[in-house]
Amino acid sequence: MSDTATARSEGDERTITGKAIRLEGVTKRYPGQQRPAVDGVTLEIPAGQVVMLVGPSGCGKTTTLKMINRLIEPTEGRIVLGEEDVTDIDGDDLRRRIGYVIQAGGLFPHMTVAQNIAIVPKMLGWDDARVKERTTELLDLVSLDPDTYRDRYPKELSGGQQQRVGVARALAADPPVLLMDEPFGAVDPITRQRLQDELIRIQHELRKTIVIVTHDFDEAVKLGDWIVVFREGAHIAQYDTPERILAEPADEFVESFIGSGAGLKQLGLQRVRDVDLAEAVTARPGDSAADALARAEAAGHGHVVVVDERDRPLSWPSRRALQRMTSIPEAADPKTPVVGSGATLNDALDEMLVSSAGAALVTGHRGAFVGVITVEVVMAAISAVRAAASDAMAGAPVGTNASDPAARGSDG
Amino acid sequence: MAEALASPTDLAPTRRAWRPLVVQVVAILAAAAALVIWLLTADLSPVERETLNARSLLQLIGQHLWLTVVGTVIVLAIAVPLGVLLTRGPMRRFAGGVLAVANFGQAAPAVGLIVLIAAAPFLPDGFWAAIIALVIYAALPVLGNTMVGIRGVDQRLVEAGRGMGMTAPAVLFRVELPLAVPVMLSGVRTALVLLVGTAALASFINGGGLGLLITTGVNLYELRVLVTGALLTALLALLIDWAGRVVEHVARPKGM
Repeated sequence: MSDTATARSEGDERTITGKAIRLEGVTKRYPGQQRPAVDGVTLEIPAGQVVMLVGPSGCGKTTTLKMINRLIEPTEGRIVLGEEDVTDIDGDDLRRRIGYVIQAGGLFPHMTVAQNIAIVPKMLGWDDARVKERTTELLDLVSLDPDTYRDRYPKELSGGQQQRVGVARALAADPPVLLMDEPFGAVDPITRQRLQDELIRIQHELRKTIVIVTHDFDEAVKLGDWIVVFREGAHIAQYDTPERILAEPADEFVESFIGSGAGLKQLGLQRVRDVDLAEAVTARPGDSAADALARAEAAGHGHVVVVDERDRPLSWPSRRALQRMTSIPEAADPKTPVVGSGATLNDALDEMLVSSAGAALVTGHRGAFVGVITVEVVMAAISAVRAAASDAMAGAPVGTNASDPAARGSDG
Repeated sequence: MAEALASPTDLAPTRRAWRPLVVQVVAILAAAAALVIWLLTADLSPVERETLNARSLLQLIGQHLWLTVVGTVIVLAIAVPLGVLLTRGPMRRFAGGVLAVANFGQAAPAVGLIVLIAAAPFLPDGFWAAIIALVIYAALPVLGNTMVGIRGVDQRLVEAGRGMGMTAPAVLFRVELPLAVPVMLSGVRTALVLLVGTAALASFINGGGLGLLITTGVNLYELRVLVTGALLTALLALLIDWAGRVVEHVARPKGM
């Protein structure tokens, strides 16, 4: 397993911009309720990692998330961000330093995309030029063309685009921590998969500390470096890597929460960027088709990848199709199978099966073409994952509840 | 990133929304012109000439508008802040009671209210008595719509604002109130129309306004005076309603 383990953490060469979060014995009690909604949670969230909070509805995962930025004030316990105890500082100040994304983006309908993104920077007193520059940068980051989308209102965007702007808005002041509450719950499955891939890519670039609440275990496996499985009262049933939770669920509760097909879900653990990609012959619109054909023949490739001026794939004509062309067409072929390098092998396989191409184009930074992934590569990787099961838990973060009744004191 | 581009907003619906407004103002002006022509060509009695000349009519219209404007300003100054306050955290529990009182104010017959206030020994009479009655009468729609408008704002947007570190007042002024504006303005327009209509009763207690024509017409059995007063009041109400709709249209937040 050491192979995939190192592969997953290879991105660490990029600077971690996130800060660690520590919850120390955090409890939330609501008046009139006997049992606390969140019961003495102690949780370490490592800097620059994605931690998923999952559990059945009403288990306290959202309350736990909202206590990190103190949208909900904890009844007891400390919250530590980096090295700083933020339990008692001004809540609004704290929240300006923490990105917050809710379902469907939560964009203000009476403000344009740019105005929505500018909210936190403006509160922090940035000047207009800096805000504008940052807006452009962020829209680029979430793959929305700044000139097209800057002045649009949220209702003029699709659900997925709104969610992207929501992420851009949360990242506006470059906060070290990003909290997301069921961020992809309101979009269709295909858009959700794209947004997840996008988030993985963004995280690969930025290395923030991200805490995400979800009820979708598959999403947790796909996005999380670590998963916290909660049961009622935010009691931590298991806090582990996705691999370990799938391979060794702590108890029956976790097992039932994972649901059936744990074996298959492990295929969702490996990312496209972790496997070897095949090279491809590329061409740009307007190039001579004969020339591209000659290059493909020389390289022994059956297809040529057409990319635009920013290296984003447009179409993937076969050699036979090229023989009928004089120059490379400009039109994008919507049927071209494309996956992000952050996508899981599962998604890649899906894409290949849908397009019946037996291979898919892989895009990396800002949608630029990086290589081709084939069914054979996926199959080989899947065998490797299945062979390896569980290993290497050194440096696992802490996550417990104060389970000793004596230690809880006031609880009785 | 092949999500289909959402189509940019159509301009056509906006233009369509203007059409009824144009129709309304044209109809009002036509009716007013007809009234003026009728008055100019009619064979008026001496009493009628006394009351139905341009100078005294304009003066009465001015008084009527002044009653309406002062009443509206006071209604806004009281009902909007009160409505906002009653949607804030702990104050929310008083909302029901205050709305009940406001409902009572509107349910009470306006004419009774006006006379009662003028007759009360410790309250003023004339203009200010009329204003007090008008304010009681017209506060409800503004108060109610302010509360409904703010409550109607998606709570997730409020949470998104707070989650970004906006202070509670910032969320109120930059998110809740702007989004509540359409509903609030429609309450203001309702209040304005109520005020124009009810201000006609001010003449009972010597408060002036177009009601004077109506009372004179009734008392002296001068039908033309009565009709002119009633028509002018109605046209004024329609005109104010039109102005309110125009403001609503212009002030609607973009993007909604």
